[in-house]
Amino acid sequence: MIAKHLLKTAVAALVMAMAAATPAVAQAPIKIGYLATFSGPIGSLGQDSYDGFLLALEQRGGKLGGVPIQVLKEDDQFKPDLDLQLTQKLIEKENVSIITGLTGSNVMMAVARPIAEKQVFLIGSNAGPSALAGAQCSPYQFVVSWQNDGHAEASGKFANDRGYKRMVLIAPNYQAGKDALQGFKRFYKGEVLDEISPGVTQPDFSAEIAQIAAAKPDAVYAFFPGSLAVNFMRQYQQAGLGKTIPLQTSAMLDATTLPALKDAALGLFGTHWWSPDLDNATNKAFVEAFDKKYNRLPSIFAAQGFEAALLLDAALTRTKGNVADKPAFAAALKAGNPKSLRGTLKFGNNNFAINDYYAFTVVKDAKERHTLKTVATPLKAHQDAYHAQCALK
Amino acid sequence: MVDTTLTPAASAAHAAAAGAARWRPAPHLCVAGLLLAGLALVPLFSLWLGQSFYVTLVSRIMILALAAVGLNLVMGYGALVSFGHALYIGVGAYVVGILSFHGIANGWVHLAVALVGGGALAALVGLVCLRAQGVAFIMITLAFAQMFYFLAVSLKAYGGDDGFAIAARSDFGVVDLNNSVTLYYVIFAALAGTLFCLHRLVHARFGMVLQGCRSNERRMRALGFPTGQVKLTAYVISALVCVLAGMLLANLTRFVSPSYMHWLLSGDLVVIVVLGGLGTLLGPVVGAVLWLVMEEALSSFHLTGGPLDELVRTHWLGVAGFVALVVALALKHGVYGALVARFEGRSS
Amino acid sequence: MTASLLLTQLLNGFQLGVLLFLLSAGLTLVLGIMHVINLAHGTLFMMGAYFAATVFGWTDSFALAALAAVGGSLLLGLVIERVVIVHLYERDHLYQVLATFGVILIFNEIARYGWGTSPVFMAVPEMLSGTVDLFGLAYPAYRIAIIGVGLAVGAALYVVVHKTRVGMLIRAGATDAGMVSALGVNIRGLNAMVFAAGAALAGLAGLMAGPILSVQPGMGEPILILTLVVLITGGVGSIRGAVYGALIVGIVDTVGRAFLPNLMREVMERSTAQAAGPAIASMLIYLLMAAVLAVRPAGLFPVKHG
Repeated sequence: MIAKHLLKTAVAALVMAMAAATPAVAQAPIKIGYLATFSGPIGSLGQDSYDGFLLALEQRGGKLGGVPIQVLKEDDQFKPDLDLQLTQKLIEKENVSIITGLTGSNVMMAVARPIAEKQVFLIGSNAGPSALAGAQCSPYQFVVSWQNDGHAEASGKFANDRGYKRMVLIAPNYQAGKDALQGFKRFYKGEVLDEISPGVTQPDFSAEIAQIAAAKPDAVYAFFPGSLAVNFMRQYQQAGLGKTIPLQTSAMLDATTLPALKDAALGLFGTHWWSPDLDNATNKAFVEAFDKKYNRLPSIFAAQGFEAALLLDAALTRTKGNVADKPAFAAALKAGNPKSLRGTLKFGNNNFAINDYYAFTVVKDAKERHTLKTVATPLKAHQDAYHAQCALK
Repeated sequence: MVDTTLTPAASAAHAAAAGAARWRPAPHLCVAGLLLAGLALVPLFSLWLGQSFYVTLVSRIMILALAAVGLNLVMGYGALVSFGHALYIGVGAYVVGILSFHGIANGWVHLAVALVGGGALAALVGLVCLRAQGVAFIMITLAFAQMFYFLAVSLKAYGGDDGFAIAARSDFGVVDLNNSVTLYYVIFAALAGTLFCLHRLVHARFGMVLQGCRSNERRMRALGFPTGQVKLTAYVISALVCVLAGMLLANLTRFVSPSYMHWLLSGDLVVIVVLGGLGTLLGPVVGAVLWLVMEEALSSFHLTGGPLDELVRTHWLGVAGFVALVVALALKHGVYGALVARFEGRSS
Repeated sequence: MTASLLLTQLLNGFQLGVLLFLLSAGLTLVLGIMHVINLAHGTLFMMGAYFAATVFGWTDSFALAALAAVGGSLLLGLVIERVVIVHLYERDHLYQVLATFGVILIFNEIARYGWGTSPVFMAVPEMLSGTVDLFGLAYPAYRIAIIGVGLAVGAALYVVVHKTRVGMLIRAGATDAGMVSALGVNIRGLNAMVFAAGAALAGLAGLMAGPILSVQPGMGEPILILTLVVLITGGVGSIRGAVYGALIVGIVDTVGRAFLPNLMREVMERSTAQAAGPAIASMLIYLLMAAVLAVRPAGLFPVKHG
């Protein structure tokens, strides 16, 4: 009878869970918890960053800084309360000394403090909420990606440089969207005709695009996450605005969105701290290796995962594999990485990376794939706007 | 005439033997006892293993079980399917969060504001929603939850959709919630206390009238019962239970975010209640334990050591969906209901 | 705010309404006649989009993609009906919710497994990729095509429901399913056919939405909520309710989003309007639904039961 079988399965599940509870035997490898979002609308971002991290590990024979590494992957499903539980599991059950990943700002906000309180090192490789760059900074917390406002600030400066006098801004009505608009306005000195904030789950922008067209601005600045970025850019082109009103974006054009856009992306502009064509040896090698292994161009998320691994490699080399001496390891991390994807990775006082921001446009590469071409560097050695609020030196 | 009466001694012995043969503790009390005893012992088990992870895991399970128990009052006993009860979890959490944010850490103040505010909100929302019947009721409860979700997302002062962290847990004076084991037992007490109160309520006249409304509302009204009031009261009580769960959740995670009000969480609660067994008090608790333990077991699946493991771990939601589907099709009264029926010798 | 902008926004709203109508027509019949809440309707929409995008990727032909979308969803609908729905006809709504919720989860994972988490590309057909000059503003030709297709389907549905024998049975079933069965009609066959037709319509909607929205796992859920709102506002079981409900929801949502923030800025202080405007615009259709239910609990155009 099905009911009986189901009951047995339920009991079995319970037993399995309890069995999984038996503590692992202590091993020599350093355990790193990879806590990211692998499912849901931003699942591809987490997956990409994990792929990047694993590539770095594979290239070094499963070791960072000469020490074998055991990676424990956990999916936070973009739920903050689940994230907390997983963090506890990683710290208390698995005894990890380092946690990395952290795709979404909201989940990072939920776990940053509990992780720092337990003196576990947090290497953020995507989210960079302003609160953690300011008053809630911590000596155990390092962000190798960017602070959330950064790409928008670069876009504002770029818009200025290009001479746009009147612009319409559009970003969804949620925290990162509002941060983007704020960051843009911090550097853009022209006139903002209108600020449009569609709902965060809304997929169709025909109304907003009509509004933009009616306002007749010199250019448009847009920020949308994930698949919404694809929707907006596609619909923008379909409305014919791509030819008449230049579209400037930030953090919207990369290997996770370009394959879905194809030719619709040609001619659009974006800004960010990384592009596959950055001119240094480490980056060129990374892009080639990633392409060879996964048969696709890396996205910025993959690059960030790789960058986190590179930082850990550099720091572990400095401390000769010792993570138990926490002040020493913290200092080793803070020293940055001279051979990073950026060229040289340096941290500000709040342990957020200091970035050059580039502007790029979309072109086709030799293999007819859509990729980015850097055209300018609007911001050099740019530190985020919140570092002064951090008490660290 | 044949003398068929037994001698007094024989009849007494006969009665005693019959009584002894028939005496068994009521099956649902057995399961209840086992379950509650098990939950009470978890912190000790966790201490023995040297990891406080299980205390947190089971705390979370109990909080969701509490919310599901609240939902069950209207859904199981009242046949009002609400797809928006996560709203009240969010309200409870936000009250704790916002008051703490502004420096008010007193737990009793949190409790008072949450219950009064949550109750008032539930009464207003309930008044509007109860005008609808059947599927429309389901949808309108969903709509209200969505409205408040979008409202919370737009509150930039309180972190918007990023949410915000709470500095310290509610200060109740007599207990220190900052100790996770203490918090665990407070949650346990809340769950046990709620179950007891609802047990009394359901078996009192109020509960009978509510169940009568579920069977045939027209007849109840014809009999003179104020069905509208009864349904509204049940709705408000169930909302208050969820508010309590929300307060405890905010204390457990020390974090508040609009995701606590998301409609998928409301959906999870509905699934948990139906999975466990509608219209039984313990069903939701069983449902919560099963669903969350299954979630945990599937996402750390290590059974075969081969590629199937990775597949299950990555796509565990699909497996969970399959289980939900099978339970819906095969078990008429949920898992707990099937258990109880089996004990009592009926076929499920 | 000019007249031409208003007209453009009305047209946008109309187009959204048409898409919603395709989805709600099937769902309202399933709910009205068979009394089954099918949450997996959004999944059929998603699978239609995936079938279309995949075949388009192989063949570059929109016509073949259309065939794949509609045909594939029809078949999938039949399979789901036979395997899952048929056991739910006599059950309580709750078990229907639980079962179809399980189906949603299963198919979301199938989509993730088969196509990955990143959005899949689908292009607008070549001849529809331009814009048309309407009211002084350029309007995408593709969206006009969507309106055209929607109106055509609507007209065809009207003819089938009001002028054919099958349609008469459907209307009778919506009014009193028990009686229809008692009169000797093969109600099971009719149910399967209605479900499959609803699935095909959802697949068609998926095909048309493919080039505009991103095709990815979970794309069905937001649409499902909107569709349910349409159903409740219009009235369950009634096709007229689906038509008018869809158009009203589509227009209110679009025009509200477009003009409410600006309107609020006229009335109140800028920063409050900036914060409240978009929030209220997101809530607008839910407020509308609540208002409709407060006044007419059975929806705007309910089916009159015998």
